[in-house]
Amino acid sequence: MRILTCVKRVPMTGGKIVLSGDEQAIETKHLGFTISPHEECGVEEAVRLIEANGGESVVLTLGPPEAEEQLRDAMALGADRAIHLVTDGNEWDPQATAAAIVEAIRADEAANSPFDLVCFGNESADSGGYQIGIRVAYALGRPVATGLKGVSLDGSSVRCEQEVPGGRDVYVLPLPAVVTVLEGLNLPRYPSVPAKLRAQRKPLDSSSPARPEPRLEKLRLVVPESQGKEAEILGHGPDAAPAVVEVLQRIGVA
Amino acid sequence: MPTLVYIEEPGDLAQQSLAFARGLGEPLHALTAGQRVEVTGVEHVHHAEGDAFASFAPAAIARAVVEVMGTHSPSAVVASGTPRGNEVLARVAAITDLPLAANCIASTPGDGASVTRTRWGGSLLEEARVHADTLLLTVQPHAVAAEDAAGAAAPVESFTPALRDEDLVVTVRERVGSSAGGVSLAEARVVVSCGRGAGSPEGFGIIEELAGLLGGAVGCSRAVTMAGWRPHTDQVGQTGTKIAPDIYIACGISGATQHMAGCKGAKAILAVNIDPEAPILASADYAVIGDLHEVVPAISAELRKAGTG
Amino acid sequence: MTLPPQARAVVIGCGIVGNSVAYHLTDQGWSDVVLLDKGPLPNPGGSTGHASNFIFPVDHSKEMTQLTLESVRQYEEMGVFTESGGIEVARTEERMEELRRRMASAKSWGIEPVSLVTPAEVKELVPFIDETVIVGGFYTPSVGVVDSLRAGTIMRERGQESGRLTVQANTEVVGIDVEGGRVRRVRTTEGDIEAEVVVIACGVWSPKLARMAGASIPLTPAVHQMIDIGPTHWFADAKGDIEFPIVRDMDTNMYERQHGSGLEIGSYAHRAILYEPEDLPSVEEASLSPTEFPFTQEDFTLQMEQALELMPSIVGDETVGIKHAINGILSLTPDGMPILGELPEVEGLWSAAAVWIKEGPGVGKSLAEWMVHGESHIDLHSSDAARFWEHQKASAHVKARTGEGFNKTYGIVHPLEQWASNRDVRLSPYHAREQELGAVFFEAAGWERPQWYESNAPLLEEYGERVGRREAEWDTRWWSPIINAEHLAMRDRAGIFDLSAFAIFDVTGPGALGALQQVSMRQVDAAVGRVVYTPWLSPSGGFKSDLTIMRLGDEQFRVVTGGAHGMADYKWLRDNLPADGSAQLADLTSAWSTLGLWGPRARDILASLTSDDVSHEGFPFAACRTIEIGPVRVLASRISYVGDLGWELYVPIEQGARLWDLVWEAGRAHGAAACGIGVYGTTGRLEKCYRAFGTELESEYTVVEADMAWGKVKDQDFVGKEAYLRHREEPPAAILCTLTVDDHTSQSGIARFPMGREPILTRDGDPIVDSKGRRSYVTSAGAAPSVGKHVLMAYLPPDQAEVGARLAVEYMGERYPVTLDVVGSAPIFDPENTRIRS
Repeated sequence: MRILTCVKRVPMTGGKIVLSGDEQAIETKHLGFTISPHEECGVEEAVRLIEANGGESVVLTLGPPEAEEQLRDAMALGADRAIHLVTDGNEWDPQATAAAIVEAIRADEAANSPFDLVCFGNESADSGGYQIGIRVAYALGRPVATGLKGVSLDGSSVRCEQEVPGGRDVYVLPLPAVVTVLEGLNLPRYPSVPAKLRAQRKPLDSSSPARPEPRLEKLRLVVPESQGKEAEILGHGPDAAPAVVEVLQRIGVA
Repeated sequence: MPTLVYIEEPGDLAQQSLAFARGLGEPLHALTAGQRVEVTGVEHVHHAEGDAFASFAPAAIARAVVEVMGTHSPSAVVASGTPRGNEVLARVAAITDLPLAANCIASTPGDGASVTRTRWGGSLLEEARVHADTLLLTVQPHAVAAEDAAGAAAPVESFTPALRDEDLVVTVRERVGSSAGGVSLAEARVVVSCGRGAGSPEGFGIIEELAGLLGGAVGCSRAVTMAGWRPHTDQVGQTGTKIAPDIYIACGISGATQHMAGCKGAKAILAVNIDPEAPILASADYAVIGDLHEVVPAISAELRKAGTG
Repeated sequence: MTLPPQARAVVIGCGIVGNSVAYHLTDQGWSDVVLLDKGPLPNPGGSTGHASNFIFPVDHSKEMTQLTLESVRQYEEMGVFTESGGIEVARTEERMEELRRRMASAKSWGIEPVSLVTPAEVKELVPFIDETVIVGGFYTPSVGVVDSLRAGTIMRERGQESGRLTVQANTEVVGIDVEGGRVRRVRTTEGDIEAEVVVIACGVWSPKLARMAGASIPLTPAVHQMIDIGPTHWFADAKGDIEFPIVRDMDTNMYERQHGSGLEIGSYAHRAILYEPEDLPSVEEASLSPTEFPFTQEDFTLQMEQALELMPSIVGDETVGIKHAINGILSLTPDGMPILGELPEVEGLWSAAAVWIKEGPGVGKSLAEWMVHGESHIDLHSSDAARFWEHQKASAHVKARTGEGFNKTYGIVHPLEQWASNRDVRLSPYHAREQELGAVFFEAAGWERPQWYESNAPLLEEYGERVGRREAEWDTRWWSPIINAEHLAMRDRAGIFDLSAFAIFDVTGPGALGALQQVSMRQVDAAVGRVVYTPWLSPSGGFKSDLTIMRLGDEQFRVVTGGAHGMADYKWLRDNLPADGSAQLADLTSAWSTLGLWGPRARDILASLTSDDVSHEGFPFAACRTIEIGPVRVLASRISYVGDLGWELYVPIEQGARLWDLVWEAGRAHGAAACGIGVYGTTGRLEKCYRAFGTELESEYTVVEADMAWGKVKDQDFVGKEAYLRHREEPPAAILCTLTVDDHTSQSGIARFPMGREPILTRDGDPIVDSKGRRSYVTSAGAAPSVGKHVLMAYLPPDQAEVGARLAVEYMGERYPVTLDVVGSAPIFDPENTRIRS
């Protein structure tokens, strides 16, 4: 079977977000980058499914040349090969992103065979648009279930579990299908050193699609004003315990 | 032209969506599906009926929304920025090939409507322009005031949307499991959490003890779940659980943006931290400066002494 | 907590160094000490917080080794040291040779036991290694791991318990005020503190703090990559942090150490990744900490492969994951040594920077001694913050040298190895002429100095067997037999030397004599026109420097000292000038150039160039005066460091080339050769048993031990006099001797030539230790071509210091027999000094 997982390169933010001078992006000169967390679980899930069922796990990203780092990271987790839709670093809006992914999927499927499952993160950590996987699914004419914390294959269908208050809702989709997943679906493995090294040598195809005019056009980013809170210091060390209990009593929880 | 609001279920979030939608232009139309929902303050309720809506069926609901869009030409379609609201509107966007702005906190309608939407779970805002005749957006929960639900229920116009086969595939087949034992993190009145500073899985003993004394739930940072010390269900944060307790006791939590996105809803935050400059202090109401391994047991002991534990 | 309004000392930085300096200042009696950090405690976010925390004590540098040993002593006393043992493994035969050299350094500095181990023995100690990858190892059982954060906390708390130390975290220094050249106050986000003394112990941020006061700390923040992998079944039962020896994979510039249930792999092999202190983020902007940068995988891929080769059973285990990977930031300096001491630009502003975990507490104690008592027990001259010349503070220089030096962290660095980057910075006026003569340039204080001249190759034929040949590649590296041939030509006829690297200072004014008397051991109140050679002593009577002083007038003196240590001497002299401003000090290094002319024909050559009287009677030894050579007025000084008749000729730099041409032309008629520093610094001085600062002359040896306590002690007071007088009354614990090698033949039949720092042993191979616990080692080594021997100098305890004593030197793992030729300072060539006085 074949599974495609789409991932996004996002910065690892610290305690404070600082914007670049043009307010178009987060200042990342001090920051590392990672695969957006939901998608990392997607990669792990795809790898586990392929390990159990055989086949090929492919990872795809649309992002700047540096996003190769995240593709290699995904391959270190066990993905077999990668597709890189290289951008100039400018953000693509969700429709453009989805369209480029659809085109890449069609091209890959034409050259190989259809993906049984295409996996997305439910939403990216940075732009949080909540729609790429769904758009791709509709364009491909495949069913999609979202926000999943459980994915299992059952012959020609995929059983999808979505956490809701009071339990888990179950969807069953026929393959080929699209799923969007959440962190907590699994605990991604730490890659081993040999896996890291293998990842450096795994095949990576790249192409540079043209960026259409955005229809959801980012104008600028704004760091929301902090609440300007001044925390009341209840004390230092264990001596502060009585003051803490007093607060808890005042709030009515103790 | 009306503004159409998809109402998943009645409540505060629905009222927030309605308030937001009203700002985009009246009249307001609501769309509900499956179980009947009483909606006030709108001109029309379009209620989608049929077997397909017996359980939650996002694809069918989206098709119903598109059908109403076809018949009533709303200038904007709005839903709550909940998992289901976002899903339904994303499907609508996919079917109609319209842009969708998720989790907005403000919007100015019109030609080339502008929106302000959240990124990074609310740690960052984006001002954007939407190039479309119909504005699709979802409303960031708890970012705008809810409008009063009082008043007469609006007239309901039921319809049976024309669904395609593929719309019937994505439907909840069953509900399994239940929130097993203990206090649910999302609903707890008190959450006591800890970061890597716990030192080990066993280090959470003092956190569990305090949470237990307060009848609260235990939370943790993402680093803790990634290390495998606690299950992901304990994780507070942008990619974990978003909590809204009366008080959030954050021990050894520095306050990374990804974490703070999950505890914004707390009514009060008490930070126990050795670093008085830790970013979390900028969001906390109360703080104890000190080593959590000393402070937390002292609080538990004090609670026992006070007899409230 | 509120900041005290004033303090005796403000120490900035709560890393291992700042905590240690602050504690030791209080321990040595200072009160009102304030310790600050901009970050939180106990881990404010500097390099200490992510250090790998292991300590290998053996280093070729004696100074570093002593600082490390003192640090280990303190870590052990604090209970934060865990001995694990450590093995430096070799993948090549060349590296095994280097490990043999490390064995020698271990013995010279008294670190025992140490041993060379076979691959099988390494495997026994470190069962998860693939022993087939290596050819052997160097095992140091006393290697260990420390908890540096805990150590910092303990020292801080001890200081606080004494009531003499106030600690304030989360307080950022925003300014350091200087008034009248002296530090006055530290401005912080929490208020100002008036301070008598300020110590910058800010690690990678130190340059930024120094700049606040208009001073320089020339270091650069650089990346050291580390990954943590685990857990592995090999350490499943580990009870502590570390139970297996640490492995340094020297040839790949890497290390692997157990860290609890996992393995930490670090590297110094990747490209040098350098930053500016301003590049470091604030605590809140950083993903991890301000000194833990995002990992760059592309720089580490090769290292992973190499770690996989060496430890396949852990690193190659598919179930062992990479848990953590960082680009840790640490401090690098252009010469690889720490930056310690008062900064020359600002009185009262001290640097304790570019210090790693292994030296931290030792540095703290030594610096505190220096601040409180005026000097430290450990000789810190190689780390002296005052050592830098202006060009060495330039950012381009710092970047170039640290970039070049980074990959030598575990490198095989030859004692004479030259830097490749940022050369040709200081060129003497003779440089073009020297290039024409095929000079091979070595660098000294930035000056390009000929070490030898390829154009002198024909002299090899002239001197044939007397030149002495070397066979081993290591012994011939950065060396040429031409040096010995130039030496012989000088002894036979004459040699012309470029001595432009001298540091030259003029001291003038009514207080000049008094100032120089104060720092000089010998009588400086000589007649105008006389040259005095004198040691400068530390307060406890050790060597601070040795140099010559020319009296050019009643109130004008010219001090000439070595370039490498010139700036530190300049500061020492300036610090000792009278407070009333009656003496002025000027650095004329870049105004005057020096040409040396020595050899039996030197007078004939000079006489052919000048009408001034240069006869022995007219221009006696130790005289100096201006003469005219053609159109050039030259300050000639009749002294010699090569033990032959001749002069140092001082000329304004712009007229230097003219002087060279005149001397060169005249010299040719007498068979003079251009001679390199190989002769001046090694062969010439060694066969005359002349001492050199930094090798024989260090602060831990006395004038009596160096056998330089000739003559009576001057009446005037001088720094170190009290100690000197006491030393003269005591029997010396050691005495500097000259030895020669009896047999150079190694077991493989090749002649080998020790080059310095090797241990002197008994013929049975036992180390020799004096009553002060100091080991005997070779301070300097080199050829004595005139007597056809290879000379070694070494301090020996009196019971071993007998002429004819039969001892041994260990070189590259083998012992060679040596015989003691001279006890004390008598030369082995021309013992009556007839040449110099002819």
